[in-house]
Amino acid sequence: MPKLIRDGQLVKDYWTLVEVDTDLATVLSSQADHLLLPANFWLQHKSELAGVNAKIGLWFDSSQNPAEFDETFEKFPLIALAFPQFKDGRAYSYAAIVRKQLNYSGEIRAIGDVLRDQLTYMLRCGFNSFLLADDADVETCLNGFHDFSENYQSTVSNPTPLFRRRR
Amino acid sequence: MYIYDKYDHQMLAERVAQFRDQTRRFLDGKLTDDQFRILRLQNGLYIQRLAPMLRVAVPYGLLSSMQVRRLASISRDYDKGYAHLSTRQNVQFNWPKLEQVPELLAELAEVSMHAIQTSGNCIRNTTTDQFAGVAPEEIEDSRPWCEIIRQWSTFHPEFAYLPRKFKIAVCGTRVDQAATQVHDIGLYLKKNEEGEVGFQVLVGGGLGRTPQIGQVICEFLPWQHLLSYLDAIMRVYNMEGRRDNIYKARIKILVKALGIDTFREKVEAQWQYARGGEATLTETEVARCKSFFTSPDYEELSDDDEAINKVLQEDVLFKHWVERNVARHKIPGYRIVTLSLKETGVAPGDITDRQMEFVADLAERYSFSEIRITHEQNLTLADVRFKDLYELYQACKSERLAEANLGLLNDIICCPGGDFCSLANAKSIPIAESIQRRFNSFERLQNIGDISLNISGCMNACGHHHVGNIGILGVDKKGEEFYQIALGGAQGREAKLAQVLGPSFAQDEIPEVIEKIVDLYLTERKSDEKFINTFERLGIQRFKEKVYAKAD
Repeated sequence: MPKLIRDGQLVKDYWTLVEVDTDLATVLSSQADHLLLPANFWLQHKSELAGVNAKIGLWFDSSQNPAEFDETFEKFPLIALAFPQFKDGRAYSYAAIVRKQLNYSGEIRAIGDVLRDQLTYMLRCGFNSFLLADDADVETCLNGFHDFSENYQSTVSNPTPLFRRRR
Repeated sequence: MYIYDKYDHQMLAERVAQFRDQTRRFLDGKLTDDQFRILRLQNGLYIQRLAPMLRVAVPYGLLSSMQVRRLASISRDYDKGYAHLSTRQNVQFNWPKLEQVPELLAELAEVSMHAIQTSGNCIRNTTTDQFAGVAPEEIEDSRPWCEIIRQWSTFHPEFAYLPRKFKIAVCGTRVDQAATQVHDIGLYLKKNEEGEVGFQVLVGGGLGRTPQIGQVICEFLPWQHLLSYLDAIMRVYNMEGRRDNIYKARIKILVKALGIDTFREKVEAQWQYARGGEATLTETEVARCKSFFTSPDYEELSDDDEAINKVLQEDVLFKHWVERNVARHKIPGYRIVTLSLKETGVAPGDITDRQMEFVADLAERYSFSEIRITHEQNLTLADVRFKDLYELYQACKSERLAEANLGLLNDIICCPGGDFCSLANAKSIPIAESIQRRFNSFERLQNIGDISLNISGCMNACGHHHVGNIGILGVDKKGEEFYQIALGGAQGREAKLAQVLGPSFAQDEIPEVIEKIVDLYLTERKSDEKFINTFERLGIQRFKEKVYAKAD
């Protein structure tokens, strides 16, 4: 089972991730009570999905800019942004935009190739949950959030840059 | 120069600990090769042909004598007793052992140095003109602004995994010795009619496979907005830069594909969210950064010195050295001295531990304990009293640092090439040496005058061959090393990209080809015309005819 860290703690993951090429019937017959759908899948089938009892979250591939998604995010409790490879850094900017420009206050989750050494940067860009691989060492990963005690920039997690705080 | 405070020290110490842990996890098999590769690159560590190479950051090329002493001792203790100065004003060690790198980094941290973001697809070391703060008629000292950018770019969480590497240069001098226009972002300091400081912002310049001169994205950016505007450019690039093809991933390709106007619109759209926000620079912060770059205690001196003038008439070699390697300073009685690291037989930019310690001594005695690395791979002492020049020169002779060849044909800019670098298609150091050996008479070099010759061992263009008056590029032809020649490149405010001359040459043909090019120039030049001017007047065709002419 993948391991989920949310707001600095290891927690149970209720969400069922639906892959891109899943057909509608499978989703409609799903027993899951938390469905994490590909954003385009939801857009395409939102009328059919209106009657589903499950909570719905959306996930975006790194080639898809959530800012160009024509829907308010606030009604979704979870927005997940994928890292197909950890060196594909687009989702750092997406997370910052979803938080700061779209003012989304729900859960932003990093999914895909999410590794210990990137966690602190993800956190600073606005992610607050992280889906780690099955074999991830949770303790090592939790330490990853504390690699640095200070940062120079104005970021989502701390908008006041160091130069305004130096004493 | 900038002095680290508790915050800077703390972050650097945490970085050393972080990398030590990463190295340990890699050696324990908990990080894969691919995972560790990206992490070590963000810390300047390459695995090269023969050994790892560690690139140490020298922010905007500025070093204290204490830091140079530490580089010297590190080169002795962890390397083979020498270091290499890169064209990004950084220092490279060619032989450290992977297991020892964390220790080496701890030693660097003791003197406020590091290897952060000297490689990898992140924002690299910011560079500037080596005459910043001392050049006559300077528009504005670039160093405080470089430091502001250094801090902003260090561990920027959003831009650590960009499509490709990202280089920024800042220039406040009139001449521009920073190659500003061939950077991903080039910033020219300027003043508006009210005398307020701002930046002309260029974007999309770069060398490599598709060389481009940067285009103006903003004619005047008031200084307060520097960081929020940089954030906006970086964000558009991070989201839209190509990631499917490493050769098309630099920002220059994106800017060209979109067109500068569309690119600007996208940047402005991002900027509107941040403009005027917390990233806006404050007077206090700028004053704080400027306070580290105030003028040293200059003496009130005459701009002339009788004793020196006398020696200048007697010692011809000294006179030559002063003419080539000494530049005017903004303060009367002071000069800017550049020590050449381009002695024939030594790889361009290489310096021994002993020479480093010697230069540290010189800086302490003659130049307020500071040393600057130039992107031409030489060393500058920025504040030398005119009256001390002869003493300094004499001392340099004993350490083979008195070569009077700055800006001459044998002051070659050259990457490490195939002798060290695993990316190279061909060697570059032996090419430099063969040219230096062919042109070994000072009279002849002096007669040829100002000319730049740049050599890169591959398309990545670390030797900046696109902006050399003569550019040499190593290419691979069915497993053999060949060299393509281009002419007419120039750096500075009127930067130009060199044009390819024609089919490439074998290694042993190069000195002869350079000879023909230079001969045509000498035959055709009018009065004091420099090589580049004669080239522009004649055009490349004449040089083609000369070089490729069949022997009678």
